[in-house]
Amino acid sequence: MDKFKKFCKNNTIWVVLIGFFILAAILSPNFLTWTNIKSVLMTESIIGILATGIMWCILSKGTDLSAGSMVALSSCIIASLTQLESYSMRMYPNLNMPIILAVLITLLVGAVVGAFNGCCVAYLKVPAFIATLGTQLICRAAAQIYTNAYPVPELKPGLKFLGQGMVFGVIPVLVLIFAIMLCISGFMLNFTRFGKNVFAIGGNDQAARVAGINVEFNQMCVFIFSSVCAALGGVLLAARSGVGNSAFGQSYELDAIAAATVGGTSQTGGVAKITGVIAGVLILGIVKNIMLLIGINAYWQNIVKGAIIIFAVVIDMRKNARKN
Amino acid sequence: MSEYILQMKEIVKEFPGVKALKGVKLDVRPGRVHALMGENGAGKSTLMKCLIGIYHKTSGTIIYDDREIDFETTQEALNNGISMIHQELSPVLERSVSENVWLGRQPMLNFLMVDHKKMRQMTLDLFSQLDVDIDPDELMKNLTVSQMQMVEIAKAVSYNSKIVIMDEPTSSLTEREVGHLFRIIRELRDKGVAIIYISHKMDEIFEICDDVTVFRDGAWVGQEEVKNITMDKLITMMVGRELDEMFPKTECEIGDVILKVEDLCAGKLVKHVSFELHRGEILGFAGLVGAGRSETMEAIFGLRTVTNGKIYKNGKELNIKSPVDAISNGIGFLTEDRRAKGIVPIRSICDNTILSSLKTYGTPLNHRKIRQDTQEYCGKINVKTPSIDELIQNLSGGNQQKVLVARALLNDPEILIVDEPTRGIDVGAKAEIHSLLSELAGQGKAVIMISSEMPEIMGMADRMIVMHEGDVTGELKREEFDQELIMKYATGV
Ligand SMILES: Nc1ncnc2c1ncn2[C@@H]1O[C@H](COP(=O)(O)OP(=O)(O)OP(=O)(O)O)[C@@H](O)[C@H]1O
Ligand SMILES: [Mg+2]
Repeated sequence: MDKFKKFCKNNTIWVVLIGFFILAAILSPNFLTWTNIKSVLMTESIIGILATGIMWCILSKGTDLSAGSMVALSSCIIASLTQLESYSMRMYPNLNMPIILAVLITLLVGAVVGAFNGCCVAYLKVPAFIATLGTQLICRAAAQIYTNAYPVPELKPGLKFLGQGMVFGVIPVLVLIFAIMLCISGFMLNFTRFGKNVFAIGGNDQAARVAGINVEFNQMCVFIFSSVCAALGGVLLAARSGVGNSAFGQSYELDAIAAATVGGTSQTGGVAKITGVIAGVLILGIVKNIMLLIGINAYWQNIVKGAIIIFAVVIDMRKNARKN
Repeated sequence: MSEYILQMKEIVKEFPGVKALKGVKLDVRPGRVHALMGENGAGKSTLMKCLIGIYHKTSGTIIYDDREIDFETTQEALNNGISMIHQELSPVLERSVSENVWLGRQPMLNFLMVDHKKMRQMTLDLFSQLDVDIDPDELMKNLTVSQMQMVEIAKAVSYNSKIVIMDEPTSSLTEREVGHLFRIIRELRDKGVAIIYISHKMDEIFEICDDVTVFRDGAWVGQEEVKNITMDKLITMMVGRELDEMFPKTECEIGDVILKVEDLCAGKLVKHVSFELHRGEILGFAGLVGAGRSETMEAIFGLRTVTNGKIYKNGKELNIKSPVDAISNGIGFLTEDRRAKGIVPIRSICDNTILSSLKTYGTPLNHRKIRQDTQEYCGKINVKTPSIDELIQNLSGGNQQKVLVARALLNDPEILIVDEPTRGIDVGAKAEIHSLLSELAGQGKAVIMISSEMPEIMGMADRMIVMHEGDVTGELKREEFDQELIMKYATGV
């Protein structure tokens, strides 16, 4: 019994996740159908990819508010580069670009935006909240100007495969990509110098500097990674919905921050766990799904979501308080 | 009325996984200075924190002023006349000195507004009464560590308490300020205040304290009157064995010049500093507070902007812009400001130890080697901890310092700059660190040692440079070491 208690204490978040899962299964018979689960996983994968990036920013005592509008911008870019040749109103009538190249270009744009954020935060010492708030506005506007605020439709099937296809007929490609991103992120976090550096910077940036860590460079890398993740999210969202749209990704960054936070990424910096991010994403996804299934209206959904986020942070803070 | 102002009996304090106090006692009489001694991690700070309500004792009784107490908050302890100078300072850096002193009890103009003028005057009065020379309007972050410490001392005194607890108050003070503090302590004592004094510096205990209680590993070892006890006896009580030698200095051959600093200027506290450092040498830097020793070293290490001057290593000019450059040029640095610039509190001992040496573990990081090295180096200097995965913030102050020493040694620099390397470290471990530094010099490396402890620097250095307000005022060979001469140079007369 004691062992079980201890297990629950150390893995609170997984216990909560299982709790919600069982609750959802009881509340709605449709929850446990494969179609529903698949759709939850696919929807949450995109938020999840954003969250893996934003986790790094929060870990290093920053944040990334530009992720949502980065999704919009990159969805427009990838869409404009991969429209069907048979479609008469293409943005670039003579363009015929391999999909892989189009994706790389989009991710590169993400990297540039990230580098801009990183520069502002690391070298110009603009607080991350402000710097990325600015970029948020800039990216959204750039997407609108780029597309005249019209959707960019008729994408090639090759791209759509990324968002709608299945591997072995059962695993959605989207979910696979999310899993790969988690692995990459987890690997960087636990097995590379970069990960240790960022932990140290989040924990005490002055000490990190004195220990010989290039604080600015590492911060820069963190923001680049976060924006590339967001750009990837945009690519996948375009692939899934078959259009690019400058209105995509509204408040995605908040969902991603929420998921990372529920997953135990501490807002005071220096604490993060990749498994926590997975659990955080799934918890918020399931909660959203239950409410949808039992027909609670959208306004109430946000109230519940807000309450969960605050609750998660309260638990986190209490855990810290007890230690001291 | 009992003869004791404070009696703590059978105090037990457990942390998850660690029993920090295993039933200790402490009897303090008014008008006496009571030393509390023991190795790093013996439980001294923990007991004091239990007394003033930062921690809550697991069991035991505390009798203060003839009634049983168990304070819930520090506020309560302060209101009841117990104040404490903490081992780890935590000033509000962005606010002024006077705001820091009166934090949470500012004089009010009315129910809403703080009376800034009065607050400033009160600070001035307090400082002049204690003979402290610091501008009350200065921002806390512009003070040196030792000035911050003096502010902290003034603050503790300003509560007019019946008991003042001082947890290693002199660890960042220089000789002169220590004398100053001792004057303050004697005045308080003569007014009937009881002082609980925690320190690892033996000479201080014999100079200022009346009684001494010794702990070892969370257990009570004994209580004596200081006048009835010898230094050796005291050390044996603390360490549990006799100690061979405090300063195991091995004479080794002094080689070529490895580092040459020419006309270095940086800010107000480094004015045209020039010196040479040889292989196999331990070069001491002595001086008073604000002498610019730490600033000079920080400038060499790339932590401060150098406005003038050149640095050569092995005859080659170095261009050091940041610690990254310094480390890649084989220069290591142990900071004096453990809390702000040293430890990453929420990471493990392991992560803290290897922080400067991450490059050597490849990608993916070789976790087995990381753990091995941590075990080895932390073992060498005897870091006391249940496991190397423990968060460093849960270690006692001295043990945190040891981890930083391990970090500096693990990085294996050719030139090691240590700034107050044994601050807050117990006698046994101190000797261990001294012998490690000697060993480094013996390998043909070079060590620069800043220390405000006269016996330490005189015992360890081959040569000594004395600074005063940013200038080099004297240089002494080992044969010429003389406390009075050093003080003369240090005061710039
Ligand atoms: N918050 C905590 N959590 C877990 N263990 C703790 C905590 N605080 C202290 N300890 C443990 O309690 C023991 C006593 O620590 P304490 O700080 O009282 O030592 P100390 O005698 O003051 O040593 P020093 O001379 O180094 O300051 C140590 O082994 C330390 O690891
Ligand atoms: Mg202590």
